[in-house]
Amino acid sequence: MEGEKKDSPPAPPLKLLGSWSSSYTHRVQLGLKLKGLSFEYFEEDLTNKSLSLLQHNPIHKKVPVLLHHDRPIVESFIILQYIDDVWTDRLPLFPHHDPYELSLVRFWSHFIDDKLGPAVGAVFRLTGEEQKAAVEEVHGHLQLIEDELREGHFKGRAFFGGDGIGALDIVVGCGSYWLPVLEEVAEVKLVDPERFPLFHAWLSAFEDLDDVKGIMPAPDRLLEYAGGVRQFFLTQGK
Amino acid sequence: MTGVKLLDFWASPFGLRVRISLAEKGVEYEYKEENLAEKSELLVSANPVYKKIPVLIHDGKPVCESLIIVQYIDEAWSDKGPALLPKDPYERAQARFWADFVDKKMYDCGTRIWKSKGEAKEEAKKEFIDNMKLLETVLGDKPFFGGDVFGYLDISLIPFACWFYSYETEGSFSIEEACPKISEWVKRCKERESVSKSLPDPHKVHEFLLFLKKRFGIE
Repeated sequence: MEGEKKDSPPAPPLKLLGSWSSSYTHRVQLGLKLKGLSFEYFEEDLTNKSLSLLQHNPIHKKVPVLLHHDRPIVESFIILQYIDDVWTDRLPLFPHHDPYELSLVRFWSHFIDDKLGPAVGAVFRLTGEEQKAAVEEVHGHLQLIEDELREGHFKGRAFFGGDGIGALDIVVGCGSYWLPVLEEVAEVKLVDPERFPLFHAWLSAFEDLDDVKGIMPAPDRLLEYAGGVRQFFLTQGK
Repeated sequence: MTGVKLLDFWASPFGLRVRISLAEKGVEYEYKEENLAEKSELLVSANPVYKKIPVLIHDGKPVCESLIIVQYIDEAWSDKGPALLPKDPYERAQARFWADFVDKKMYDCGTRIWKSKGEAKEEAKKEFIDNMKLLETVLGDKPFFGGDVFGYLDISLIPFACWFYSYETEGSFSIEEACPKISEWVKRCKERESVSKSLPDPHKVHEFLLFLKKRFGIE
């Protein structure tokens, strides 16, 4: 919680500036949780950004921002790599032992932010024929992930990270839990269990984990938020 | 298939990042020039998601996306040559952040300088200079972005140096005048063999750009 009481112990070295509805924030919260790292959390009002946020991320002015001994680290994927680089004695988030697998984790994480994320955003924003085209694009991207799960390097695993989740699960997962919410609010079918059985199974298993349940906002809160944003886009008449 | 193969295009700044990294590490490889107008089956099968160069194929396994390849080279050949990424986790995070910034900004506004006209061109030019000036503050008084050593962020940005002449000519401005520290840094980087032997002639790059402009029907 924000604010410091008098005579309290010294502030923890880790502080996180985030937003409850931001999947990028959730990535970092989940990463910190898996590493067993405690931190002080500050909720940002993204419509009225704090001085702290603007000072610590002047280039992009976005959440999440991790402060470690008051030094900022920004960009969720960079933050995940940072905490893994610092706390090497704890559960690794990345497969450091295998440079090739590590390159795949980076590649697919990049793909999520570069392609899948924006395509899902488009489904959310658009209507009619344009939305149909965006849905097709999302399906195309999900098919690539499905193929990777079925035939690629991660074939046969419970999660991308192996028996437990790793960085790629965090990146794909924190974001993918929006998909069922968007399906309801935008009235589209995105994660068809028949077309994408492995992805669907992976997502269910991910959402079932206690660590993930502890991070994810309540479904009805996500639904309410998504509903509001969808209404906004619809009334914009775009 | 064993060994190292690089699918690339001679004028690509992204491909150059990989060539420079391989040279820094002293890794021998087979270079394959791709015709971007007619992509080879090998390229399409090695990078089915983006179908883009560069792709590094190491013992038959493809690695895609230039900055990911540079990090892979650093990790796979950690026992060879200098470390490309800083050892300190915080410096590492900073290097990654700014390399990401270069990726998101430099190529885009550079391309807009030659592709657009009038006000759009001027805007692109201004953005390019502003971004370079920002990078100058990151460089500060250090010889390289990596400090005393040439590293990841230097590698991310230096390939664009062979495109500077093209941006300057198309945009009618001087990078040396606008960003003298960057110009000095470029000269310092070119003293390294990995850079001087890899960077193509800027005039050849400009010739290629003129060919591209014709093809896209620009001016």
